[in-house]
Amino acid sequence: MTHAPAPATFEEADAMSWIDIAALDDIPLRGARKLRTAHGCVAVFRTGADTVHALDDRCPHRGGPLSEGIVHGTSVTCPLHNWVFDLNTGAAQGADEGKVATYPCRVEGGRVLIDATRLGAAA
Amino acid sequence: MKKKLIVIGAGMATGRALEHLLEREPEGWDVTLFNAEPRGNYNRIMLSPVLSGEKTYDEIVTHDDAWYAENGVTCRFGERISNIDRTAKTVTAETGEVLPYDKLLIGTGSNPFMIPLPGHDLDGVIAYRDLEDTERMMAMGADKRVVVIGGGLLGLEAAAGMAARGADVTVVHIMPHLMERQLDEAAGYLLRKALVDKGITVRCSANSKEILGEGGRVRALLLDDGTELPCDLLVMAVGIRPNVALAQDAGLAVGRGIHVDDQMVTSDADVLAVGECVEHDGALFGLVAPLYDQAKVAAATLCGEEARFVQKDLSTKLKVTGCDLFSAGDFAEGEGREDIVFRDPGRGVYRRLVIEDDRVVGAVMYGDTADSNWFFGLIKDRTDISEMRDTLIFGPAYQGGAAVDPLSAVAALPDDAEICGCNGVCKGDIVGAIAGGATDLGAVRACTKASASCGTCTGLVEQLIAVTTGAEVETKQSICGCSDLSHEEVRRLIKAQGLKSMPAVWQELGWRTHDGCHVCRPALNFYLLADWPLDYADDPQSRFINERKHANIQKDGTFSVVPRMWGGITTPDELRAIADAADKYDVPTVKVTGGQRIDLLGVKGEDLPAIWADLNDAGMVSGHAYSKGLRTVKTCVGTDHCRFGTQDSTGLGIQLEKVLWGSWTPHKLKLAVSGCPRNCAEATCKDIGVVCVDSGYQIGIGGAAGMDVKETERLIDVATEAEAIAVVCAVTQLYRENAKYLDRIYKWMGKVGMDWIREQIEDTEARAALVERFEISQSVYRRDPWADHAARKAESYQPVADLTLEAAE
Ligand code: SRM
Ligand SMILES: Cc1cc2nc3c(=O)[nH]c(=O)nc-3n(C[C@H](O)[C@H](O)[C@H](O)COP(=O)(O)OP(=O)(O)OC[C@H]3O[C@@H](n4cnc5c(N)ncnc54)[C@H](O)[C@@H]3O)c2cc1C
Ligand code: SF4
Ligand code: FES
Repeated sequence: MTHAPAPATFEEADAMSWIDIAALDDIPLRGARKLRTAHGCVAVFRTGADTVHALDDRCPHRGGPLSEGIVHGTSVTCPLHNWVFDLNTGAAQGADEGKVATYPCRVEGGRVLIDATRLGAAA
Repeated sequence: MKKKLIVIGAGMATGRALEHLLEREPEGWDVTLFNAEPRGNYNRIMLSPVLSGEKTYDEIVTHDDAWYAENGVTCRFGERISNIDRTAKTVTAETGEVLPYDKLLIGTGSNPFMIPLPGHDLDGVIAYRDLEDTERMMAMGADKRVVVIGGGLLGLEAAAGMAARGADVTVVHIMPHLMERQLDEAAGYLLRKALVDKGITVRCSANSKEILGEGGRVRALLLDDGTELPCDLLVMAVGIRPNVALAQDAGLAVGRGIHVDDQMVTSDADVLAVGECVEHDGALFGLVAPLYDQAKVAAATLCGEEARFVQKDLSTKLKVTGCDLFSAGDFAEGEGREDIVFRDPGRGVYRRLVIEDDRVVGAVMYGDTADSNWFFGLIKDRTDISEMRDTLIFGPAYQGGAAVDPLSAVAALPDDAEICGCNGVCKGDIVGAIAGGATDLGAVRACTKASASCGTCTGLVEQLIAVTTGAEVETKQSICGCSDLSHEEVRRLIKAQGLKSMPAVWQELGWRTHDGCHVCRPALNFYLLADWPLDYADDPQSRFINERKHANIQKDGTFSVVPRMWGGITTPDELRAIADAADKYDVPTVKVTGGQRIDLLGVKGEDLPAIWADLNDAGMVSGHAYSKGLRTVKTCVGTDHCRFGTQDSTGLGIQLEKVLWGSWTPHKLKLAVSGCPRNCAEATCKDIGVVCVDSGYQIGIGGAAGMDVKETERLIDVATEAEAIAVVCAVTQLYRENAKYLDRIYKWMGKVGMDWIREQIEDTEARAALVERFEISQSVYRRDPWADHAARKAESYQPVADLTLEAAE
């Protein structure tokens, strides 16, 4: 399985440093868990189709924790005022405008790996 | 001089390789073919039709004696190779005979994986791999019971084959839906339905614990929930492992399979390998299509020709008559992907395409797979589909843009599906009336009484008229963008069709999305748990955060915690425990709510399980201040202290709260009991309010004091506390069973009318039945979610990992 966003080139892939953060089953199907990082919380989502996605856990509207939202398709609905975000791009959908940062993240052998390069953590 | 080729294994891959080789260089090779099975090459994948009786073994033999003779292949069937000596370039057969080779081709296939459960070595526990296994299964006739562990391709073909012979078959699958590697939930749901129709029992999410025996023979399978499934034969079809032992002993490079390069050459230039025993570029193989490609490449390599094996997209079909499914590509992958879903409940059709960068990357289909090759072609060729995106899902023949018929769910209903719950009118009755000339709602109502009572089925009756006469239907407010049906229609159809899971609703009611949205999922979750409390398992992921985490989320992401104070009564000990908790968890605000209890506001999400456990220890439980469910029962002091009190309003309030707590309702449910008409508990602006008078209890419903302020309307007067409690439970259940999600009682009452509600409650039989159904539901839901979560789910409230710690280390 792969996930958002994949490296564009092999050089980029080489520059990534994947950290194992959890078992896939630690994240509920159509749910999320928080990941604490030096830059604040990241929400790690698992969709109904078993893909994983990592986004900043802060809604650009008024800071709602996206990890607590309802996951449907490849979207999440913010729990505070129902803005809907695309898990692949982090962009708000519909009439709302805003974008959340996303982090490369993937599943390998039932484990969830995240790219630590932008998270300020040592792999 | 002919080169000596020894082939180990007469399987599907080597059979094909020999054909290519001997066609190219008929005179070039002296071939000896060893096979552990006591027979030559046959079409292993056709064992399933042999099992089900659709073919005989003779029909699936691919190479017969004549072919071997014609091509000068020396056959050593029933003989296993036990050793390879690469330095001497010889192999040793089981008999000890040593034969030299110039080139060696390994095609040893794979071994079925047997889960090492206690009892796996009992007689009657088999895999599904070869003719012997098939023959064991073919012996399972009408009076035999069989358990198949594994709900993948192989297990299901085994199950269907034996069921076709009349055996009583149960499939035990560890995952929540069948063939989860090839199918999504929706297709898995349809497949399960088809297998159940064939008389097969399917148990998903079932964990095998032990195989029980008697006198060395299998007797039953024991699941970890304690269920025993008696059986005469147990088939394990849970996976395969490449058969690499021989190659490994010979010192060839082996990972999970025997390493081969693009030319199918192993780490030894004179040794080639093909089939399920190989590992190529990190991948293993379990379907024949790539093995045939490998065979071709291996033959070319042996002839000294240039050829390269390239991995391609694969597709899967299940060879079970009547289960028409197809899956290809990677539908579970999600890079910038988009789903296109089409469902036709009438025909039991489900199609899902996964699109990425204007290309189809995956497809899952059930019911109608006629176009599957076309879709598979689009996947393999990476065709740009941007031009036909809108009509793509309908297939190659239908590029005209057919819209999904909003009436298809109704059209698909069987004649005995109950449309009008109040009057017990089925689809057949209504269609009959329409055929008899009742072509508008009034006429249908007059002849069948359908929709003549509460009216929630009106939409369905109108649709039936439209389906039957071809008339236009007025579109009403649909539940959300995923469906054209209204809430009321969805509720009636869930009951009429006995839909008991989310995927069942999505499929049978023609949902347009893959798994709903944040609007429909909470509503469906409520409808399903309200209608099938014993069958449906509540889905936390379909609930808003407050109900998922049993606390109100606040604007800064912290939560509020409101323990129950039954009827507004508390004790010094409870107050001390609340004060202690407030101190211990740094609660910034402690507030008395408008609902006669105390709110601890600003609790951190991670602290929730701990603060709950502390409150539980002091005897307190969740106040459900977050729920579409019973909130509070406000009371006044009543006869205990008040000089005007007529009845024990506090006591009745406490009793009511203890009976009703934990129940889920369409919207929040607030009650109050006042001791006299002075009404200090504000009972006349609650969803259900009781006002005590000398002669008994006046029960009103439909009050509110939020966005709308409403005064209750009198439902009924009763003489005793017991009757008052029964009436409250009954009306709560009536509301649970009929109202649209997010309608408070007053809104629902506005739709169905007070008269209809009163009729149900005054009818003592109907009232008793409502109370009974309420109790059945409460046997599941009257429990403290805080205690459950503190004990079993505390971990899920913590971050899944903490990278700040790792960075510091
Ligand atoms: C805590 C409390 C205010 C207080 O400090 O007193 C409160 C707080 C909230 N109310 Fe309320 N309501 C509270 C009593 C009321 C009352 C008074 C009552 O129950 O007697 C009403 C009017 C009576 C009624 O419901 O008819 C009330 C009418 C509402 C409404 C409007 C409902 C409606 O149908 O019009 C909402 C919004 C909703 O439910 O959609 C609401 C929603 C909310 C929410 C849950 C907003 C939300 O969705 O997050 C507030 C949560 C705050 C928090 O972070 O904890 N609250 N709310 C009261 C808790 C009572 C309790 O012990 O459980
Ligand atoms: C019931 C069933 C249904 C299937 N249906 C499908 C389907 O619909 N579509 C699909 O694509 N695939 C299907 N498959 C999978 C497909 O049959 C296999 O992928 C294919 O047979 C593998 O071919 P192979 O040549 O690698 O191995 P095999 O066909 O297993 O042949 C290996 C042979 O090597 C022999 N052998 C092993 N070790 C030795 C030794 N030391 N000495 C001598 N001989 C040895 C074995 O006895 C065996 O006969 C099905 C499989 C089964 C069992
Ligand atoms: S009235 Fe209720 S919903 Fe509105 S701010 Fe106050 S607590 Fe929140
Ligand atoms: S904070 Fe997310 S929608 Fe308002």
